[in-house]
Amino acid sequence: MRSRRAGLWRDVKRNRWAYVFISPFYVLFAVFGVFPPLFALYLSLHKWDIINPMQFVGLANYARMLQDKLFWKAFTNVMFFTVAEAVPELILALTIAYLLDRFVLRARSAFLAAYFSPMVTSSAAVAILFGLMFAVNFGLINAGLRGLGFSPVRWLERPWPMKLALIILLLWRWLGWNVVLFLAGLQSISRDYYEAARVDGANGFAIFTRITVPLVRPTILYVAILSSIGTLQLFAEPYLLTARQGGMGGRENSLLTMVMYLYQVGFGYFRFGYAAAVSYVMFVIILLVSLLNLRFLGRSDR
Amino acid sequence: MTPRLRRRRRLQLDALLVHALLLALAALILLPFYWMVVASTLDLPQIARYPPRLYPGTSLGRNVRDLLALLPFVRAFRNSLLVSGTVTLSQLFLCSLAGYAFAKYDFPGRERLFILLLATMMIPSAVGLVPWYVMMNWFHWVDSYKALIVPGMVSAFGIFWMRQYTTQSVPDELVQAARIDGCSDFGTYWRVALPIVLPGMGALGIISFMGVWNDYLPPLIILRNVQKFTLPLVVALLANQFNTRQHLIMVGSTFATVPVLIVFFLASRRFIAGLTAGALKE
Repeated sequence: MRSRRAGLWRDVKRNRWAYVFISPFYVLFAVFGVFPPLFALYLSLHKWDIINPMQFVGLANYARMLQDKLFWKAFTNVMFFTVAEAVPELILALTIAYLLDRFVLRARSAFLAAYFSPMVTSSAAVAILFGLMFAVNFGLINAGLRGLGFSPVRWLERPWPMKLALIILLLWRWLGWNVVLFLAGLQSISRDYYEAARVDGANGFAIFTRITVPLVRPTILYVAILSSIGTLQLFAEPYLLTARQGGMGGRENSLLTMVMYLYQVGFGYFRFGYAAAVSYVMFVIILLVSLLNLRFLGRSDR
Repeated sequence: MTPRLRRRRRLQLDALLVHALLLALAALILLPFYWMVVASTLDLPQIARYPPRLYPGTSLGRNVRDLLALLPFVRAFRNSLLVSGTVTLSQLFLCSLAGYAFAKYDFPGRERLFILLLATMMIPSAVGLVPWYVMMNWFHWVDSYKALIVPGMVSAFGIFWMRQYTTQSVPDELVQAARIDGCSDFGTYWRVALPIVLPGMGALGIISFMGVWNDYLPPLIILRNVQKFTLPLVVALLANQFNTRQHLIMVGSTFATVPVLIVFFLASRRFIAGLTAGALKE
């Protein structure tokens, strides 16, 4: 027993520099990673405006949240965006990745660069650009609609057009990222499968649905859950699309998200205890989605 | 025509069709950027006209002057560069150092510490927002770049990325040979490992730089003084306060996006190759 402990100590000492090299991460994580969630839990049981002393209120913040219509509006909005954005995004990205993988060789990286470019720009600038794209009179989208013979849409003034506009923006922004992830998944599929299917006389569509889709199922789940975690934390795009309508998601709070609500409660009304409770419920929701992620990925490995 | 030749013809036709489709999609995706750049060279009446004008005008110079008179854009550009550059340099150093330690040392507790590191990647950042602000208030870091730089100086993703790269590209024999020759631990990292892992640092550098450059919510909460604003904040301010001057909003958006886009397009081939390879290994 004693010698084993001595041996461990010797190993630690011999590798002492390794601990020094990795220590910055763990120090920062302890300060900025471990403490905030714990402190949020403590805060969520209090009433606090950051200036006056904290007041213990037990679970009152959580109880109030159950009856808070705006919180539930934000929650259902975010859930809606997650599904309404993820489904077309997955279908589109997988199709494009498939076409790139099967038909395009030389120009592949040029196409990818074009599709990926919205991803590298600031979400704030992009939201503002799309605010102009969706402008009623001179926006490019209404100009396109007029050119096709449709009447212009008041995009950012009515609930459903607003939601559609946000979804279009998100589709545009995230498509390239998902194509890259799918392409990585597709490239790991052996060419032999395609050869065998072609010898058996399968057509392109059959190959896609019978071979490609089942084989990239792990990637599909991974992408679906990754993008849902992103959508659950949506802030800059809906906030800036409706910033001139009061910062609560515009008409009928159509674009209100959970982080927007958190931001308003905390930094607009200085109700820090309540904001902490909101963030904790959000944490649990996102954690559940992440655990689903691990579960599915773990299963597909076996 | 033999059946084989006919099939090859059909495949070529398919490939042509697919290329046309993908090209149209690429044009559609780039169209907003194109419109933004073109519109920043127009004056207000030209932008408002129907059908929309899609070729450049001559007002860029005046638009830029008007914009700079309204808001400190050049300063915001410098601020964004300062914050993103500092975070990126620090990440490249600290992540490659920690990645090297995880890849080339067999120290007690290595597996557990690494799993802990991976687990931290699952914590959503928005959740800690309120306590993070409270902490910054305690540290007196509100309205200071320290609040934006210090928490991001090293990241779990970066360490994960650099560990993968170091494991694959730095041979154990080389590390051992350097140690036998009397090279110190840090010297081995600095003189032997670092030159080899430089390409892996390229992709990480782009990812972390763009992440900070584009961040909106943390600076929105922390920064108060307009002179300290980063680009996304100034663009948002412009759009909210001067919303009738669409041509200036276009110039501002161009300011915030085009430099990054140019860097991205220049580096895109290697960057995307690295990204696809990285995603594969996960």
